[in-house]
Amino acid sequence: MQTNLNRRKFIGGLALAAAGGVASGVGGAKLVGRLGRAPEGAWRVFTPDEARLVEAVAEQIIPADRDPGAREAGVIYYIDRQLAGPHKRFAAKYRAGLVCLVQTSQAVFGKPFEALDWADQTRLLQTLEANKAPKNIWTKPSASEFFGLVRDHVMQGFYGSPQHGGNRHYASYKMLGLEYPRVIGQNRYPAQTG
Amino acid sequence: MANQHVNAVVVGAGAGGGVVAKVLSEAGLSVVLLERGTWQSFDDHTDDELISQRTTVLGNAYGPDDARYRRVCENPDGSTRIVLPSEGGYNNVAACVGSGTLSYGAMAWRFMPQDFKMRSTYGCPDGSTLDDWPLTYEDLEPCYERAEWEIGVAGDDSTNPFAAPRRKPRPMPAFPYNKEARLLVQAAEQLKWHPFPVPMLRNSIPYGGRPQCIHMRSCVGFACPINAKCGTQNTVIPAALATGHCELRTNAVVSEVVLDERGHARGVRYFDSHDRLQEQTADLVVVSASATETARLLLNSKSKLFPNGAGNNNDWVGRNLQGHAYCGAEGLMADEIYEEAGPGACVAFSDFNHGNSGLRGGAMLCNEFIALPYLYTGIRPPGAPRWGLAHKEFQRRNYKRTIRVKGPVQEMPVFESRVRVDPAVKDHWGLPVARLSGRRHPHDVEIAKFMVEKAAQLLRATGAADIWTSVPGTGGPSGGQHQAGTCRMGNDPKTSVTNRHGQVHGIDNLFVADGSLNVTNGGFNPVLTIMALGYWVGGYIAKEWKGGAHFHA
Repeated sequence: MQTNLNRRKFIGGLALAAAGGVASGVGGAKLVGRLGRAPEGAWRVFTPDEARLVEAVAEQIIPADRDPGAREAGVIYYIDRQLAGPHKRFAAKYRAGLVCLVQTSQAVFGKPFEALDWADQTRLLQTLEANKAPKNIWTKPSASEFFGLVRDHVMQGFYGSPQHGGNRHYASYKMLGLEYPRVIGQNRYPAQTG
Repeated sequence: MANQHVNAVVVGAGAGGGVVAKVLSEAGLSVVLLERGTWQSFDDHTDDELISQRTTVLGNAYGPDDARYRRVCENPDGSTRIVLPSEGGYNNVAACVGSGTLSYGAMAWRFMPQDFKMRSTYGCPDGSTLDDWPLTYEDLEPCYERAEWEIGVAGDDSTNPFAAPRRKPRPMPAFPYNKEARLLVQAAEQLKWHPFPVPMLRNSIPYGGRPQCIHMRSCVGFACPINAKCGTQNTVIPAALATGHCELRTNAVVSEVVLDERGHARGVRYFDSHDRLQEQTADLVVVSASATETARLLLNSKSKLFPNGAGNNNDWVGRNLQGHAYCGAEGLMADEIYEEAGPGACVAFSDFNHGNSGLRGGAMLCNEFIALPYLYTGIRPPGAPRWGLAHKEFQRRNYKRTIRVKGPVQEMPVFESRVRVDPAVKDHWGLPVARLSGRRHPHDVEIAKFMVEKAAQLLRATGAADIWTSVPGTGGPSGGQHQAGTCRMGNDPKTSVTNRHGQVHGIDNLFVADGSLNVTNGGFNPVLTIMALGYWVGGYIAKEWKGGAHFHA
C-alpha cells in the first residue's frame, strides 16, 4: 500500500507525542528490540511472523528489567490461546491491526517493527496510543483501538493466572511480592477455639 | 411426562428466591425452585482472576455464559449494540445456585429508616420518580433480623451512631480491621467521623455448621474454598431442600409466566438442560430473577388481559432501573499498607448517608476490596503511564501502597432508565433479550462529587499523597450487580407494579421477590435488603396460605 506520508513530518509528530508521553523504554534497550527468531510454539491463530511481531509489541508494553518482561513471561502464548477461544471475536481485528502496524513501520522507517531500535518502537507505539498514526493506513481498526486491545491483552497475560498461558512461573506475582502458589487455608487458619 | 402440579414455583435461586423457597417449603407448600444456572463451587474456577465475577475478561466464572446469552444496550444517541455477559454493558448477575451470593463481597447492610422515605424526607427532584416505599424500616426490621441469623452475618454497630435500630445483635462478632483500616480509623477520629466494622455475610467464627473465614485475598468475585462465605446456596436453599417439600431444578431457563384468560397465573414454561420446553403448573408463581431478568420475564409473558406483559398495563414494568453511582478516592502511601487478609473491605463510615446539606441522601463509605494484579493495572491517577517500564515501576512500587475509599451513592430513580425486550435480538432459546436504556439523574453526580471530597479528605488525613478521585457520569443506564427498581412496589397500581407484599397488581397469584421491588436502592450494597424482602414476601404468602387463601382462581 502506498502512503503519502512525509517521513520527516511523521517523525516530528512522534517527537511531539513523546514529549508529552512517558519515560517508558528507558533502560530496556539492551534486552529487546532486536529482530529475533519467531517464538517457538504450535500457534493456534498467529502465523510465526505475526507471533514475532506481537511479542515485540508486548515486550514494549511490559519490558524486561530486573523482573521478567512480557516475552519471558510468555504473554504471546496467552494472547494466541485466547484468540482461539474466549477472544475469538478479536482475531480479525488483530490481523487487520498487525497489517497496519507493518505498513506504518515500513512507511516511516523502511524496516520491520521488530528491527527498529527500542526508542523508535516506543515512539511508534505512542503515536498509536494517541491515535496520531497515519489515518490512511489505520482505517479499521483505529490505531488507538488496536493499541488499547493489545495493551489490555498483554496486561491480562502478564498478570493473570499461568493456566492461561502467560505469567510463566508466576513472574508478575513474584514481582509484586505476592505469595504464590498458595496452599489454601494452611497458612491462614487461626487456631480454632470454638 | 408432565410435571406434577405444585403449590408454588419460584423463578431464580438467588438472594430473594432462595429465601422464598425456604419460607414456603417450611410452611408446608410444595415448591419447585427453578434456576437457569447450576451448582458451582470454588474448584470450578479456583482463584483465577481472569474468570471471576469481578473481572470477566475470559468469561463469568459462575455464569451466564457468552455462548447463549445476549443483551442489547441502547446508546444515548439511540443506536444500539449487542453485549455479551462478560462485557461491561451487560450488567451481569451470576447465573448459578445462590447467584451473586456464592461469590459476592458479602457486605450485609441494612438500609436506614430514611432510605424507605426518600420522597417525604427530601422531595422529588425534577426528572426523577423518587418516592417512599409502601413499607417502613420498622416493617422490614424483623426480616433483616431473620436474614442475619438464618444466613449468617458478622458485625457490630456499637461505634456507629447512625445505625438503624435493631432488636437483636448480629449472630457473629465483627471482623478485625486490617492495616489499611487501622490507618483510616485513626484519620477518621481526627475528623470526628464514626468508623465501624463493615457487616459481613461471612463467618467470623464457625457458624451454621461451616468454618471460620480464612481471609482469601481472592474472596470477592470467587466462591469460598471452605464455604465460610454465607450465601443462599449453603444456607436457606439446603434448608428448603431438607424440608422434603422443595425440589430444585437447575439448568432451567424460564421463558414465560403462563397467564390464563382471566389473567390468573397458571405456572411457568421453561427450557430444561436439554433445551426441551417444559411446563410447571402451580397455584402461585414467585419471580426472583434479578431486576433485569424479572422485568424481561414479565415483559415476555404476554396474554389476553396483559398484552404488553404480565402486570404491565400501566407501562411500569422495567422502569426505574437503578444501581449505585459508585465513587471514591484513591491515594498512595509512603509505606506499604497491604495485608494478606482478604477480602479487604472492613471499615465503614455512615456519617454521610443522610443529612448532607442541599443533597438528597448520600452514601456509605468504606475501604475497598483487595484489587488483584490485573484489576490493579486499571487503578491509576489521571495521566499516569499505562504501559512501558513506568507502568511496571508503578505496579511494583504502589501495589501494596494504594489506599482506597469508595461508596455507593443512592441514585434518584429515572423513569426512562429501563429494561425492555428487544424486538429483534434473541437468545439461544429464541427468547427476546433484555434491552437496557436510559441515563443517570444529574443529582447522582452532584452527590458523588460531594462524597469523593469526603473520601479525599479522609485519605489526606491518613497522610496519603497523589490522591485522585473518580465520579461516574450520567451516560448509559445504571444497574450492575446492584441492579434494582424495575418492578417497583407501591400502593397505587398506576405508579407501581406490585403492592406492598410483592403481589403483582391485578394478578393475585403472581409475586416478585428480589431487588426489582426496591423503590429506592439505599446508599448501601443491597443484598441483605433483597434477602429481607424474600422473608417479607415469602412470609406474607405463607401467612395467607395458612389462613386459607390458596390463590386459586
